[in-house]
Amino acid sequence: MSTRDDILGRLRRQLGRTGSGLAEARRRIRDEIDTPRSGPRPSPGDDPERFIGRARAMLSTVDGCATMDEVPAKVAGWLRAQGLTTRLVIAPAFAGLDWSGAGCEVRAGAAGPHDAVGLTGCFRAIAETGTLMLRSGADMPPVNSLLPDTHIAVVPRTCIVPDMETAWTHARAEWRHWPRAVNLVSGPSRTADIEQTIVLGAHGPYRVHLIIVG
Amino acid sequence: MHFVDRVRQRLDDAELQHNLKRTRGRNAASRAAAVAAFPDFDAVRARATEIRARVLRDLDLWLEAFEAKATESGATVLWARDGEHACELIIDIARRHGVRTVVKSKSMVSEEAGLNAALEAADIRPVETDLGEYILQINDNEPPSHIIMPVIHKSKEQVSALFARVHGTAPKTDIEALTHEARAVLRPQFLGADMGLSGGNFLIAETGSVAIVTNEGNGRLCTTLPRVHVALTGIEKVIPTLEDLSTLLRVLPRSATGQAITNYVSLLTGPRHAGDPDGPEHMYFVLVDGGRADLVGSDFEDMLRCIRCGACMNHCPVYQTIGGHAYGWVYPGPMGSVLTPLYQGLDKALDLPQAATLCNQCSVVCPVSIPLPELMRRLREKQMEQGLRPWRERLATRLWAWAAARPALYAWGARIAVRYLRWLADGRDRIQVMGLAPGWTAQRDFPAPAGATFRDLYARRRQGRA
Ligand code: SF4
Repeated sequence: MSTRDDILGRLRRQLGRTGSGLAEARRRIRDEIDTPRSGPRPSPGDDPERFIGRARAMLSTVDGCATMDEVPAKVAGWLRAQGLTTRLVIAPAFAGLDWSGAGCEVRAGAAGPHDAVGLTGCFRAIAETGTLMLRSGADMPPVNSLLPDTHIAVVPRTCIVPDMETAWTHARAEWRHWPRAVNLVSGPSRTADIEQTIVLGAHGPYRVHLIIVG
Repeated sequence: MHFVDRVRQRLDDAELQHNLKRTRGRNAASRAAAVAAFPDFDAVRARATEIRARVLRDLDLWLEAFEAKATESGATVLWARDGEHACELIIDIARRHGVRTVVKSKSMVSEEAGLNAALEAADIRPVETDLGEYILQINDNEPPSHIIMPVIHKSKEQVSALFARVHGTAPKTDIEALTHEARAVLRPQFLGADMGLSGGNFLIAETGSVAIVTNEGNGRLCTTLPRVHVALTGIEKVIPTLEDLSTLLRVLPRSATGQAITNYVSLLTGPRHAGDPDGPEHMYFVLVDGGRADLVGSDFEDMLRCIRCGACMNHCPVYQTIGGHAYGWVYPGPMGSVLTPLYQGLDKALDLPQAATLCNQCSVVCPVSIPLPELMRRLREKQMEQGLRPWRERLATRLWAWAAARPALYAWGARIAVRYLRWLADGRDRIQVMGLAPGWTAQRDFPAPAGATFRDLYARRRQGRA
């Protein structure tokens, strides 16, 4: 007998399964998956405001601008103010913006080990926890929010949702194929392994900067 | 070494005691603050408990559903009888893909299985990448002392000396500098590894994904850069839907570190798609039984709800005094005192269910309401039934049981005992040396009886009323 069948067989014995009970239980499980039920959720307030507050609490920095066209100038200004390079690797979804006009040198694609600044968008932004929901794909490589020391994310105000459950509902409706990776990112990478002292930049970015658009 | 000897050693270790004192109570305080700031905590905790209990009632079918979805996404699902079998399966995967180096993010099941030793024996190099786990690995594969803060027992001076010795760098005592030194050492390992091995906090049946919860980002690197990703976890980790994940994520980080959410939660579903610029080409799940299936439907099923947050040990007076290593296996604290005897054998962990004051604090803070003290009591009972306790204890229990079944004798005995204890107390309200059992009062006083026995008081009161 395969290990799989042995494990499942023992589980069924322990659970006292019978033939007819099994078919009914299978239906119940299908139902639960097809009609997912949410647990208690904190009552929503003003989502963008909550998102910004929570994102700051998770040590992201937040800036904003009115339209997408202003993003390159905002990015360049912030990078210069931080004393960081204006050379960045951007998610291909943002290749259409006028980066050189803002004085940025960009490469559209996936970040490599030597890229210092990575730029992504986000699928949804979760107000409850100040969290970005990023999905993988050719237009939005996950490495861009992971390998560079600095991660900048463009967050359209319309992408801000109250909670994770809402974001999943949107994902189910919009994604034809479930992406390989969905990353929830809340601020810069950190560790508290040595003496419970928090240090930023454990393995991922040292800083996460959000630009709210709209 | 026997548990009692290990404990004695830990209590005599001044450095360890100093390190334990430094963090004592801090995690409990962080959790308390996080719970206070989240008014819905109790309702969410009840829901989290219900989700985990519901899954266990149909665990066979949830596993089947998960397997079907994961396979559909292009992952391969493998099943392991126990830790040893899991190691064989993983070595086999590594050989098939010509893997020489494996970068690992934290997995307690990997500790259960002794995976690092098995990989090394097969000439495959494992590299731990969680900062704490990395520190332990380069310190001669020292075991972790906490399930989420593996080096909670170490001081920065100890880490500094270790780094200086192993990395050949100047000793630093600045924690930030130490952390960034480890980052610089590990980054090339991520980039050069052929396989990433992760644990799995949850398996999601709806999508066939594994969810990984980390702060450092090493979990993301391990599951994004190498050609092969293996997720190693226990069969009990499956949950139904993304909504259930959302609920559990509201209690896990708050209970563990007092965070509202961890920096990263990654949901990984199958290998890279056509056109993806990153991600592994192959993805495997290794689902380990290792004693879990037999707990389903048993007196100990509640334990399988555990989501490995560590709150029970953070609130345990015994754990915080003796540290994690004294428990002798990978799981310390209250959850370890239940899991070790169940997975390793009742006779292999005789003292663990006894190593508790049954103060119940663990069960009060457990995010999935596991009645840990009750489970420890059941294990004590089982040990007694199977004749595993020392003969003196068994004899004493038998004598007590015999007397307790004879009310007159019992009342007489209780009266004598009270008199004896009052004589020992000699007018004070505490007994400093317990005459017949001095061991009992070696570290504490015993309260003196306040007056007559309960039975005498009760009888007197009834007379008064009549
Ligand atoms: S038993 Fe409860 S408190 Fe302890 S680690 Fe498991 S889930 Fe957390």
